[in-house]
Order: sequence, then structure tokens, then C-alpha cells
Amino acid sequence: MLLSYLPILILVLLAAGFALATLFLSSALGPRRPSKDKLSTYECGIDPVGSARERFSVKFYLVAMLFIIFDIEIVFLYPWAVILNSLGLFGLVEMFFFLGILLIGLLYVWKKGGLEWTT
Amino acid sequence: MRGAGCGVRGAMTGTVPLSAYLILSAALFAIGVIGVVIRRNALIIFMAIELMLNAVNLTFVAFSKFLGSMDGQIIVFFVMAVAAAEVALGLAIIIALYRNKESVNVDDINLLKG
Amino acid sequence: MTQAFNMADLSTALPEVVLSLVAMVILMLDFIVPKGRRDWLGYLSVLGVLLTLMVLCRQWGATQSAFSGQYLIDPFALFFKILFLASGGLIILMSIGYLRGEGADSGEFYALILFATLGMMLMASAVDLLILYIGLETMSICIYVLAGFLKRERRSNEAALKYLLMGGFSSAIILYGIVMLYGLTGATGLKEIASTLTADTLSNPALILAMVMLAAGFGFKIAAVPFHMYIPDVYEGAPTPITALLAAASEIAGLVILLRVFLVAIPGLQDRWALLFYVLSLLTMTVGNVVAIAQSNIKRMLAYSSIAHIGYLLIGVVAGRELGISATLLYTVVYALMTLGAFAMVILLCVGEVKGERIDDFAGLAQRSPMAAAAMLILLLSLAGVPPTAGFVGKLYLFGAAIERGYILLALIAVVNSAISLFYYMKVAVAMYMRDLPPAGLALSPSRPLRVVLFVTVVGTLAIGIYPGPFLDLAKSSIAGLW
Repeated sequence: MLLSYLPILILVLLAAGFALATLFLSSALGPRRPSKDKLSTYECGIDPVGSARERFSVKFYLVAMLFIIFDIEIVFLYPWAVILNSLGLFGLVEMFFFLGILLIGLLYVWKKGGLEWTT
Repeated sequence: MRGAGCGVRGAMTGTVPLSAYLILSAALFAIGVIGVVIRRNALIIFMAIELMLNAVNLTFVAFSKFLGSMDGQIIVFFVMAVAAAEVALGLAIIIALYRNKESVNVDDINLLKG
Repeated sequence: MTQAFNMADLSTALPEVVLSLVAMVILMLDFIVPKGRRDWLGYLSVLGVLLTLMVLCRQWGATQSAFSGQYLIDPFALFFKILFLASGGLIILMSIGYLRGEGADSGEFYALILFATLGMMLMASAVDLLILYIGLETMSICIYVLAGFLKRERRSNEAALKYLLMGGFSSAIILYGIVMLYGLTGATGLKEIASTLTADTLSNPALILAMVMLAAGFGFKIAAVPFHMYIPDVYEGAPTPITALLAAASEIAGLVILLRVFLVAIPGLQDRWALLFYVLSLLTMTVGNVVAIAQSNIKRMLAYSSIAHIGYLLIGVVAGRELGISATLLYTVVYALMTLGAFAMVILLCVGEVKGERIDDFAGLAQRSPMAAAAMLILLLSLAGVPPTAGFVGKLYLFGAAIERGYILLALIAVVNSAISLFYYMKVAVAMYMRDLPPAGLALSPSRPLRVVLFVTVVGTLAIGIYPGPFLDLAKSSIAGLW
């Protein structure tokens, strides 16, 4: 039964082999003429400012938290959308209740200043 | 792999047997438990707990598919939503702690002697 | 889960709907009511709890399943819902003064307590593993936030983090047990699981694994030894009303789902899980009582004492059937009353800089306020199980059930444990009556809601102790039809 996975194994080996071969070939064949500009950190073409290992503002955490909460509602919306026809009006109203409660949550976050970047 | 099978196999030959899913998820769950027990960084412990939850989710989906009942998949949706809420909360608590303490290492969390 | 649900289903969950609406209104009012006047949100929350109780009492005596058999209203669920709502209301009352003292008055706090109570109500009515899990998490997630509510205090932060990590861990373990049950039976309803399990599946090792996983996970939630390590720390660090919520309500909610799952879904394994809980009960009460002796912080002492009481409660589960389970039900009420009262006393002593958390803070309380000292004495006697208090009656029925069913050794050890517990409870009593008031002792000024809480708990403790008949009848009639 494992034999039926053979094509996958071959594909994995081929893909890995190709990637490794190109890496090796480009480092072996490519010309190397380093200069200051080439070695500096790439930052969209302008001169790099500060260290790349800077600490991020804690506000990103807040955005991430809010994103997770409001993003996950989609796991309920998606199956609901698929069978909406058989659920009828009650299903529609029910989902709007659900979204309404989420909206209250959003209003709460807004009022609390969770959406402000600068405080 | 075949020897470990518990007999339930899909209709199509070549389908991954249920036992494979169960072994994988049991292994993931065990890794999660070990992570909770031995790691000292609160964030990593948190990720280990998420790993445990996802191992359970995988088991649910596997059982659901092999039993032909949708209940398992529905439970997975709820577990995902709950896990998301827990993650958001966990991050918030860890930030609150970090602001007062500048560390996320559980060994430094020692005001309360247990 | 084929037919979509309808309005009739929704009406069975009306109390829960009312409670969640109240909680959301409180949350929104938080923006309108100015800071410093948010006491009113607390009183409003209590009104909401009373309203929910009124709606709930219309379900008295009814047995009806709803939402495709996932949700059940029966006397058992009603009993615990009333208990949870009453505890929730009392905890909100004791929070009002506490939050003002901490300078953290806020509607969120009350709303979160209401949402946690909602989760407990869901747990009481859940006869499906999914609803059970959602109820459990609704409660837990609210309590994680509440435990860390005093953001500036590191102890509160630590308590929240510890509780969150252990809570998440135990939830994952419970879920693994649930998935095993689901995989073996293809069902998530507790009754369906029981009917699918036949004689030869009962000996399946996977089922035993599921049982052990569930017992361990619930063990974390009800704070049974050896799953109790985090409990004293969380109890000490959390705001005191939330400690009361954890001890009096959340642990009982854990016990409710434990009872439902083990009695309804896997009664075929009773021999095995009775043995499991026998060991847990023995360990829990012994460790709880012995470690409590060494504590100098009253919140930690009460934490260990609550662990010990969980051990007593498990005796009823071990004894099983009508006698044991009804004794457990009666004792949950007794335990909730006296625990709430004891934590209300801790809040009462919280004056100015004194946090009221050291047992030394109780020194000379009889001189400061004879009434408060008398109330505390009654609660302590009840916790220790001395007549004529509720603690005595509750223990009498629990230990009696154990002896009736032949668990004589367990009953004997429980009696010895009660004697040990008398020692450390009396340490507080001695401090109150025999030691002198420290010079810095300020006059006590309990807020009116706190007085109500103390009055209700002390009178309740005495009432059940002196006249237990109706409460016992209620407990007995509540478990009819559970199986």
C-alpha cells in the first residue's frame, strides 16, 4: 500500500534535488564582486535606518488579538452560508443576531480605544 | 504502518487508514503535553497548549470522516473559536504581566509561592 | 442535528438569554455611567440576576429537552442553576465595596461575572459534550480575565497567567477524553453514548483512556489532588470576590459536569470510576487539610480548605446512587454558603492598608466588632463541621451515605480529617477572641451590600444546620430522573 505513495516520494526528491542543485550551481558559477552597497541591508532602496532587531510596539499585539477574535467568526459564517437555503428565514435572523453580538463587541473595543493607534 | 491499523479503512484502496491519523494526533498531543511540562517560557507553553487543541481537532475530523457523522467537524469549529478567544486572552495577560515584570519566564513568576 | 431549531427551543433557554442580555446591557452602560458611580451597575446586575431567577423558577419541576436533545432542563439542572445564580448575585454584592476600595470600579467586572454565571448555567443544562465544553469555556474564559482584573498588581497578573495556562491545559485534556468517547460511539449526546456502549466495548482500553482523561481534566477544574498545584496561588493572587467565585461556583460547576458525564454517559464503568474517585477523594481531603495547617495567609488557608471540601464532596460521588448524590447536592449548597461567607469576611477586614489576608489581621476582631467575630465563628464552625451548623448536617449525610454503601474506611478517614480541620479553623477563632487588637486596628465599616452577603450566608448556614429537612428533600427530588 505504501507503494502507491511512490510518485509523491519521487516528486519530493526531484523538487528538493532541483532546489539544492540551483543553489549550489549559482554559488559555484556566479561571479562575486561584493561592495558596500550590495552588502548593506535592503530597505526598499533607501539607506537603512536603525537595527533590524528592534522591538515592536506592543500595539501590534493588540491588533493581532483583535484580528484573531473577529477573524474566527468566519468558521461559523462559512458553513452557514453553504446551507442558508435550507435554514430559511430563521437561520438568517439567527446569524444576524450572532453578528449583532459581534458588533456590540466591536463597538465596545472602539469605545474603549482599542482601535486607536496613538493614545 | 499496516500492522498498527485498527481495521477501519476507507473504501478506496490507498486511503490513509484511521490509525495513522490517530497515531499522528496522539503524538502531537504528547508533544504538546511535554511542551507544557518542560518549557519555561509562557508563550511557548501557550503554543504547546494550542498544539494539544489542534491534535484533538485532527482526531475529531478523522473520526468524523471515518464514522460518517458531521458532529465531529462541527465541534472542531467551536474548539477553534474557543481556542482563538483563549489565545487573545493569553496574549493580553502575558502583556499585562510583562509590563509589570519585564519577563515571560514562568520561573520568574514567583511572587506566589506554590 | 437534522432539523433547524425553533422558537420553542429558544424559550427553554429563556433564563440564559435574559442573563446574557443583562450582561451586554451592563457592558454598554459602562460607557454612559461615569467613573465613581458604577456601583449602580453592580446593583443593576443583581437586579438582572433576580430577574433571571424569576424566569428560571417558571421551569420548576419541568423536564424538557431542546436543541435536538443537546440541552435539557430538569430538576437537577434547575437546582444548580439556582445555586449558581444565587452565588453570582452574592459575589456581585461583595464586589461592589471591594472594587471601590481598590479604585477599580467598572461595569466590565460585573458583566464578566454574569457571563461566567451564564457559562455555569449552560454546564448545568448540558447533556451533549459540545454544549458542555462551550459552557465550561464560557465560564473559564471570563474567570481568566477576572483573575487578572487588577492590572497594576503583579500578584493578580500572575494568578491570571497561572490559571489560564492550567485551565487551557486541563481543557485540552478534557477535549481529548471527549474525542475518544466520540470516536468510540459516534455520538456526542450523553444518553446516546451510554446506549451505544455495549458490554464488550466497555472493556475497550480506549474507553478507559477516555475515562481517565476526563477524570483528570475535571480533577483540574474542581481542584482535586494531585491536580491542585495552581489553586492556592490563583486563590491568593486573584481579587477576593473572584476567589470566592472560583471556590464557591466554578468548582461546583466542574462537579456538575463531572456528575453528568460519569453518571449519564458511562454508568457501565461505575466500578472503575468509583475506585478512581475513591483514591482522589482520599488524597484530596487529606492533603488539603494537612497543608492548610501551615498557612498564615487566610486566602491560602481557605484555598486548601476548599480543596479538602472537594474531597468530602467526592465521597458522595463514590458512594453513588440516590443517597450519595443527594448528599453531594446538599453539601454543594452548604459549601457554597460557608465559602462565600468566609471570603466576604476577608473583604470585610480589607480596611485601608490592611488587606485582611493574614490570619494575624483577625486578631482582636471580637473587640473591634463583636457581630463580625460571631459571624466568622459560625462560618468557621460550619466549615469544620460542628453542630448545629450546616457543615455538620452536610457531612453527616455524606459520611452516612459512604457508610451505608460500605465505604467505612473512607468515612473514617473523612472524620479524622474533619478533626484535623477543626485545628486550623480554630486558629482563626483563637486570634479573634483570645488575642489583643493591634494598635493600628481601624474601625470596620462594611458596605451595605457586604452586610447583606454576610447576613444571607450566616443565616443560611444556621438554617440548614438547624432545619435541614426541606433542603434535603429538595436535593433528593432534584436527582430523580437523572439516570
